[in-house]
Amino acid sequence: MKVRIRHQRREVQVEGVRTVGELLDRLQLNPETVLVVRGTELLTRDARVADEDEIEIRPVVSGG
Amino acid sequence: MRCTKCKGTAQVEVRRHHTAFCGPHFLEWFEAQVDRAVRRERMFTPQDRVLVAVSGGKDSLVLWDVLLRLGYQATGLHLNLGIGGYSQESQEKCEAFARDRGAELLVVDIPAEYGVGVEGLAQLTGRVACSACGLSKRYLFNRVAVDRGFDVVATAHNLDDEAAVLLGNLIAGNVDALVRQTPVLESTHPGLARKVKPLYRIAERETAAYAVLRGIDYVLDECPNSAGARSLLLKEALNLLERDAPGTKQSLYWNFLEKVRPLLRTASEPVALRSCVHCGQPTTAEVCAFCRMTERVARKLQSRVAVSAARREPVAASSGGGGGPA
Ligand code: SF4
Ligand SMILES: [Zn+2]
Ligand SMILES: [Zn+2]
Repeated sequence: MKVRIRHQRREVQVEGVRTVGELLDRLQLNPETVLVVRGTELLTRDARVADEDEIEIRPVVSGG
Repeated sequence: MRCTKCKGTAQVEVRRHHTAFCGPHFLEWFEAQVDRAVRRERMFTPQDRVLVAVSGGKDSLVLWDVLLRLGYQATGLHLNLGIGGYSQESQEKCEAFARDRGAELLVVDIPAEYGVGVEGLAQLTGRVACSACGLSKRYLFNRVAVDRGFDVVATAHNLDDEAAVLLGNLIAGNVDALVRQTPVLESTHPGLARKVKPLYRIAERETAAYAVLRGIDYVLDECPNSAGARSLLLKEALNLLERDAPGTKQSLYWNFLEKVRPLLRTASEPVALRSCVHCGQPTTAEVCAFCRMTERVARKLQSRVAVSAARREPVAASSGGGGGPA
C-alpha cells in the first residue's frame, strides 16, 4: 500500500501488513502520536488494511 | 473496533476512557466534553464575549469551531508573527475559517505594528525567538481583550500541552509557574483579562481527530522555530508512557490539579501588579517587559534607518540627478 507520512514529508510503499497496528509497528510510529486516514475515514488500530489502500498518516503532536 | 454508542465501525479510540466512537458519536462526545469543562469550571456563559487565540493550527481552530457550535460568542484573534511563509499560511487559514462561518476575526500584524516580526524582536534584543514570541503573545492577547472589552481570553491548550508544561515545571521546580497552571486563571488586576483553557481535558490526538472529521483546514506545518523544542521532547516522553499505560497524561495533570496544586497555592505569595507607565498594562516593573522590548527595537531600527540614510546620501549625490529616490 502507498503510505503518505505527512510530517516526515515522505511516501513509502508497505506490503504485507493486515492491520493499522501492524502498519504503525512496521513504520516504528507510536500510535499515540499519529492519526491514520484512509480517504475521509479515520482508522482504529485493529482496522484491516489492504495492499491496494492509500493511507495518510497525520502527526497529532504540535510544539513550540 | 465498534462504537460504544451505536456499535457501528469505530473511527476514534479513546483508550484512556476504554472507549471508541464512530465519527458522529465522537464529534458529539468531544463537544460535550468541552461544554462540560466550560460549565464545570465556570469559564464563561453564552452571555460573555470570548476572545479565542487562534494560530491557524488544529487546536485553536477546533476550539473556535466547537465554541461557535455550542452557541458561545467567540471572536478569533490571530497574531501575524512575521515568520515568512509559515505566518502567511497561518493567517490565511484563520481568515478562510472565519469567512466560511461568518465569524469575527481580529488580526494584529506584528511586523506592521512594530517594524519587525518576532524573530527580529528577538534578534535585536538578544533573546531567542520563542521568548520574544511568547512575551508578544501574552501581552497582545491580554491587551486586545482588555481594550476591546472581552470578558475572557480562551486559549487552545490541550491535555498533552498541559501535561508537558507540568512535567517541565516539576523538573525545573518552578513553583510560581505551577501555581499559575490552571484551566481558569482569574484576573488579579483591572488590566488583566481572565484566561481559560476549555480543551484542558481533551488529548491532542482527539483534537486532531476532530479537525479531520469536521474537515477543518488547518496549518499542518510547524513553526520553523519549534524544531527541537523542549516541549516536543517532553511530549514524546509522555507519549511513550501513554502507549504502554493509557491514561498517564490525564492522571498526571488531573491529580496535580486536584491534589497537589491546592497545597501549593498556600505556599505562594500573590505578586503586586502596577500599571506600565507607557502602555498601562499590568506589570511588576515600572515599564512592562513588552514595552521595554519594543522600544529598544524601535530605537535600533531608527538608528539603522539613520545609518543607511547617511550611507545613501553621498551615493545619491554622486549619481547626480540620475533618478528619483527609490
Ligand atoms: S515555536 Fe514559533 S510560534 Fe511557537 S513560540 Fe517559538 S517562535 Fe513562537
Ligand atoms: Zn456511533
Ligand atoms: Zn507597557
